[in-house]
Amino acid sequence: MFHLALRMLLGDRAKYIMLVGGLTFSSLLMTQQNGVFQGLLSWTTSHMRNMRASIWVVDSRVEQVNETKALRDTDVNRVRSVDGVDFAMPLFQGVIKARATDGSEKLIQLIGIHSGTLFGRPAKVIEGDIEQLRIASTVVIDELAAERLGKVRDKNEAPRPLRVGDTFEINDREARVVGICRTERHFFGYPYAFTSYDQALQFAPRQRKMLSMILAEPKPGLTAAEVARAIRAETGLAAYTVPEFERSTIAWVWRNTGIPASFMTTIILGFIVGVAIAGQTFYSFVLENLRNLGALKAMGASNGLLSAMLLFQALTVGLVGYGMGLGLTAAFGFAVADNGQPPFLLQPESILRSLVAILIISSLAALLGIRKVARLEPAIVFRG
Amino acid sequence: MITQSTGQIDAATPAVSIRGVVKAFGTGDARTVALKGTDFTASQGELHLVVGPSGCGKTTLLSVAAGTLDWDEGEVSVFGTVLNGMPRSRVTAFRRQHVGFIFQQFNLISTLDLVENVSVPLLLNGVRRGEAEQRAAELLQRLGLAGKERKRPTQLSGGQQQRVAIARALVHSPRLLIADEPTSALDRETGHQIMDILANAARTPGRSVIIVTHDPRTYSYADRLTEMEDGRVAGVYQGQTLRDFISNHH
Repeated sequence: MFHLALRMLLGDRAKYIMLVGGLTFSSLLMTQQNGVFQGLLSWTTSHMRNMRASIWVVDSRVEQVNETKALRDTDVNRVRSVDGVDFAMPLFQGVIKARATDGSEKLIQLIGIHSGTLFGRPAKVIEGDIEQLRIASTVVIDELAAERLGKVRDKNEAPRPLRVGDTFEINDREARVVGICRTERHFFGYPYAFTSYDQALQFAPRQRKMLSMILAEPKPGLTAAEVARAIRAETGLAAYTVPEFERSTIAWVWRNTGIPASFMTTIILGFIVGVAIAGQTFYSFVLENLRNLGALKAMGASNGLLSAMLLFQALTVGLVGYGMGLGLTAAFGFAVADNGQPPFLLQPESILRSLVAILIISSLAALLGIRKVARLEPAIVFRG
Repeated sequence: MITQSTGQIDAATPAVSIRGVVKAFGTGDARTVALKGTDFTASQGELHLVVGPSGCGKTTLLSVAAGTLDWDEGEVSVFGTVLNGMPRSRVTAFRRQHVGFIFQQFNLISTLDLVENVSVPLLLNGVRRGEAEQRAAELLQRLGLAGKERKRPTQLSGGQQQRVAIARALVHSPRLLIADEPTSALDRETGHQIMDILANAARTPGRSVIIVTHDPRTYSYADRLTEMEDGRVAGVYQGQTLRDFISNHH
C-alpha cells in the first residue's frame, strides 16, 4: 500500500511542491543559520587552534580565551614547578594599532611567543621562515594582515598585499615581515601578527604586568586534564585543557552576548515556518483525500495502516525537503568558503539536528491528518 | 464476538440478517432515530434492492449491514457471523475479506491508474503487488476496459468509472457486495449495463448483492426488494408481489 501512498502524494503535484518547498525553506533556514552560528562560535576559539597548546594557564578570573588579565612574570616559573608540567612558556596577546603602508591605522592581534622554542607558533607558514622571529623587530603575519596592511604600490604595478621583506609600523615601531602564515579567523576580526615574546613587549604599550597567558604541555604519560588540575591546585591560577577552554569560551558567549539568542530565534522561526507550512498543506491534502481515505477504511484499511501511509507520505516530503535544504546550505557553504565571510561551519551534529527537526515537523504534520482519519467514520462514503 | 466462522456456509444461512436494529444520530433535541427496530434479511445468491424516500434510513441500514457503522440496539449477522460485540479491528478485517463496496460517487482515487485502484482490496488482503495488479487488469478486461488499464479515472466516462468501481468491489471475490445508488449518476443505457453486471455478480454461488437505490429503472433486476419508510421496513416484495410493486411504481 505504501507505493500507492506515494503515488497519491506525487499525484497532487501542487500540494507536493508546496510541501517540499516549505520544508526545503525550513531546512535551509535551520541548517544554514546553524552553520553560520557554529562558524561564528568556532571563531571565538580560533586562538587555541592558531597557537596549539595542550594547557592554557590564565588569571583565575578569566573565563574565555579572548580575554586577558595580565599575570605576574613569576607565574611562568610557578607553573613550570608544578609536577607533571613538561614545559611552560609565556605568551603575550594584545590588540595593538599598526600603520598600514598607505598610512592608515589598523588594529592587529599581536601574539608574542617564546623566542627560544617558538611554542605557540602558527600551524601553517606559507611563505618565509618563522625561525627569523628571533631577529629583532620581525613579525610573521597572517594573510588577512598582509591584505589589510598591504596595498603596497610598486613601480608600474597594481597595489598588492604585504610580502616577506616588507615593513610596516606597530605602535610607531618598524616591523619587518619574515613570514606569512595561514590562521583561522579571530572572533573580533583582527588579523594576526606573531612575534617573539620579548619583541611583543617592545611593540606593546608598557604596562606593569605584560604576561597574558602561559602555554604548557604535560609530561609524557600524563593527560592535559590531570596536569591542568595540578596547576590549578598548586598555583591558584586557572588552567584549562583545550576542550575545557573551548567549552568555557562558548559558554561565555552564550551568557554575555546576544548572538546565540539572535541565531536561535531565526532557527526556531525556521522550525515554526516548517510546522506551519507543512502542517497546513498536509492537513489540507488529507482533507481533500478524506473521501478516498474513508473509502479505503470502508474497504478494510485499518487505522494503523492509514496512519502509517500518512506518516510515510509526510516523512517522504520531509526527507526530500530536508535533502534540498541541505543541498542549498552546502552550496551556500561552498560559495562563502573562499571568502571566509560569513563564518560557516556545517558539523555532522548540525546536519543530524536539522534532520531530526524536519522529521519532527513532518510527524507533526502527519499527526493532524492521522487524528482526522482515526476519527473518520467509514460510513462517510455512503453520504452524498 | 464471533459465534460462527465464515469458512463453509450453509446455503440456507442468510447473507445478512438484521433483527430489531435501532440506530440514532445526535443527542438531545438534535437526536434523530434513523432505524427504529428494523428487521432485514438478504439471502445468498440474490440481488436485493432497498428502496424508499430520502431520509427513510436506507443508507443507514446499508452501513450497518456492511459493518461500517455501529448500531445502538439489535443484532446483525453477516453470513452467519454475528457482528454484535465484535472488536472494531475484527469488524474491519471482516469487511476487508468479505465485503465489496460500490459508491454513488465511485470514490476512485484520481491520482492512481485503474489497475492500481482495482488492486487496492487485494493489497489490503495481503496479496503481493505484482499478482494484485495482474488480477486487477484481468478483471478490468472482463468488464470491457481492456486497453484502459493505465488510464486515470478522470479520463473515463461515468459509466466506465462505475465499471472500475465494480471491478474494485469484486476483485477479491467478496461474499457480500454493497452498492449505494450505483446508477444515479449514469444515463439510462449505462445504468442498465451496470445493473446487468451486478445481477450477474449476484448469481455467483454464496454471494449476495444489496443495492440501495432511488432509481425505479433498476427495480426489474431485483430478486427481492425491501421498501423502507421512516426507519422501518414497510414491505418486502418477491415474485408476484415484486412484479406488482414494479408495475405500481412505473
